[in-house]
Amino acid sequence: MKRIAGIFLVGLGLAGILVAQGVLSLTGAGATFPFPMYSKWFDEYHKKNPNVQINYQSIGSGGGIRQVTEGTVDFGATDGPMNDEQLKAFQEKHACAVLHFPTVLGAVVPTYNIPGVAASLNFTPEALAGIYLGKVTKWNDPLIADLNKGVKLPADDIVVVHRAESSGTTYVWTDFLSKVSEEWKNQVGRATAVKWPVGLGGQGNEGVTGTVKNIPDSIGYVELIYAESNKIPYGNVRNAAGVFVKASLAGVTAAAAGAAKSMPDDFRVSITNAPGKEAYPISSFTWLLIPSKISDAAKRDAIKGFLSWMLSDGQNYAEALSYARLPKEVVAKEKKALSNIQ
Amino acid sequence: MATTTTIVPSGGPVAGSRSFLSRLRDGDEIARLITFLFAASVVLITALLVYELWQGSALPRHRFGLNFFRTSVWDPVFDQFGALPFIYGTLVTSAVALLIAVPLGIGAAIFLAELAPLRLSDTLEFFIDLLAAVPSVIYGLLGIFIVVPLMRNGIQPQLKQYLGFLPLFKGPAYGLGFLTAGVVLAIMIIPYIISVSREILLSVPRDQREAALALGSTRWESTWKIVVPFARTGIIGSVFLALARALGETMAVTMVIGNTPVISPSLLSPGDSIASVIASQFKEATGELYTQSLIELGLVLFLLTFILNGLARLMIVITSQRGSGTGLA
Repeated sequence: MKRIAGIFLVGLGLAGILVAQGVLSLTGAGATFPFPMYSKWFDEYHKKNPNVQINYQSIGSGGGIRQVTEGTVDFGATDGPMNDEQLKAFQEKHACAVLHFPTVLGAVVPTYNIPGVAASLNFTPEALAGIYLGKVTKWNDPLIADLNKGVKLPADDIVVVHRAESSGTTYVWTDFLSKVSEEWKNQVGRATAVKWPVGLGGQGNEGVTGTVKNIPDSIGYVELIYAESNKIPYGNVRNAAGVFVKASLAGVTAAAAGAAKSMPDDFRVSITNAPGKEAYPISSFTWLLIPSKISDAAKRDAIKGFLSWMLSDGQNYAEALSYARLPKEVVAKEKKALSNIQ
Repeated sequence: MATTTTIVPSGGPVAGSRSFLSRLRDGDEIARLITFLFAASVVLITALLVYELWQGSALPRHRFGLNFFRTSVWDPVFDQFGALPFIYGTLVTSAVALLIAVPLGIGAAIFLAELAPLRLSDTLEFFIDLLAAVPSVIYGLLGIFIVVPLMRNGIQPQLKQYLGFLPLFKGPAYGLGFLTAGVVLAIMIIPYIISVSREILLSVPRDQREAALALGSTRWESTWKIVVPFARTGIIGSVFLALARALGETMAVTMVIGNTPVISPSLLSPGDSIASVIASQFKEATGELYTQSLIELGLVLFLLTFILNGLARLMIVITSQRGSGTGLA
């Protein structure tokens, strides 16, 4: 018994020495949507820089904002930018700002299940807003049918499906609907969770997909990555230039490029309904949240080191995992912004 | 904990005749102290839980007051939070679950304890314990893939056709909703009811049965009129244990209830429950009022469980006063 305890103690001591020897450990928490991308990046970065180890908990965007504000993590991550109120709360607590760094982009697509319809349907923003407001209730409503001549749409009731839990995907979806519909903006608004006028809630992307698959005549929304990897049919959406675009990585990057020209200095920008013929209108950045003042110099260097790697080599990993890479203009602007971390 | 109960009484009577030091040396006092601390931790944890829930929900308590229980709008964008649809959903799904599970569970327990051959009974008990240990997310998947399609295509259209005149079965049959959540909950809690009730029925003294049989009653009469009433208190206990699980069930419910905070008399309607909304929204909730409202929902669930447990105690006291076996369970 004593011997075992002895061995255990020696082991513990050795582990302690190893830790002290200088593997710098950073912790982050937040959005679930970019989690596969982030875990790939943190893993690759650790291989290249064995002295930096980054741990990431995908607890959701809201959790990321909460934890970075409370100072329990070194950085946060979110799918929807922090609002002014949240920025102020951070400022008051830490006497420094929190910076947004876009990392990759994603898109949200409308998916549906109409018996006998295999075609890729066209949706106008008005049709989507009408459906989710509960005003367009039948599939053969002129608002949908007129855009899809040649597709035989049934006269059945539309079953609306949305996310049950709060989610960055919902933020992007409601942000888009708020931009294209005044009524949506006033009645429902944009947030990670809203008071849905109609519909059923599904848990997670898989819950929404499952519900849409199970219930005939239903419509839902999921992340593009999810729709692609699961081979789910999804519709085209009309963008601000009046073109019906099927979501793709290129379309998402185009939306970001369209918005890049007017990119504000704090990177808190919504790129839904972005200008540009190729732009897919329901696209969004996802952000890392970094405090502008990091007192621990080693940590500061490690974070800056990771960010600049992520902006250059790191971007090459994006497409393999079905994330859209950042446009060049945004990368250049972010590299400049790195000096704001002090 | 079995050992603790044997140590304490055995130390008890002798304790007074020896000095504290000698008792300490023997280990009796140490054992008493340690086990006391363990027991006290139960109270401590409960108190801490209530304190945390109370503290954590200060904002909505001041903002909404009792309106939190009276309003049914849940709108994170405009900061309006009312708990009523969730309380309603929790109670309705649990009631449906009990309605299905209690007769089935007790019936099965009677068969296993009284009528089945012992070997069969033991084998089945093994499976029942296995079922009781299955994680709830598995039941949720079972719900999504089997119960929901069955409900939508088979049971709900039938209910609408034959019982559609009742407000209970109106509206479109999505397959998701109160009824489905109740059925999945029933499947989850039946093993608890069977397992506990069977143990209690088995612990009814043999002479009770023998006396009944000697008076010329049939096997069934002795079971139904003597053994079951004798074990009544314990059986009610098992039902409330099951109810506690149904009230607090999170994952399985959120996967099949439809997650829409509405109050509808129809069991076919989608709804939401307290545990389910906390599980699904807390993770990404932003804003103090929103997160604190979710915490207050936790407090509401705690209160609800507390009240129902109190009722259970009351019921047990009443039934045992009416003259049945005491000291059971």
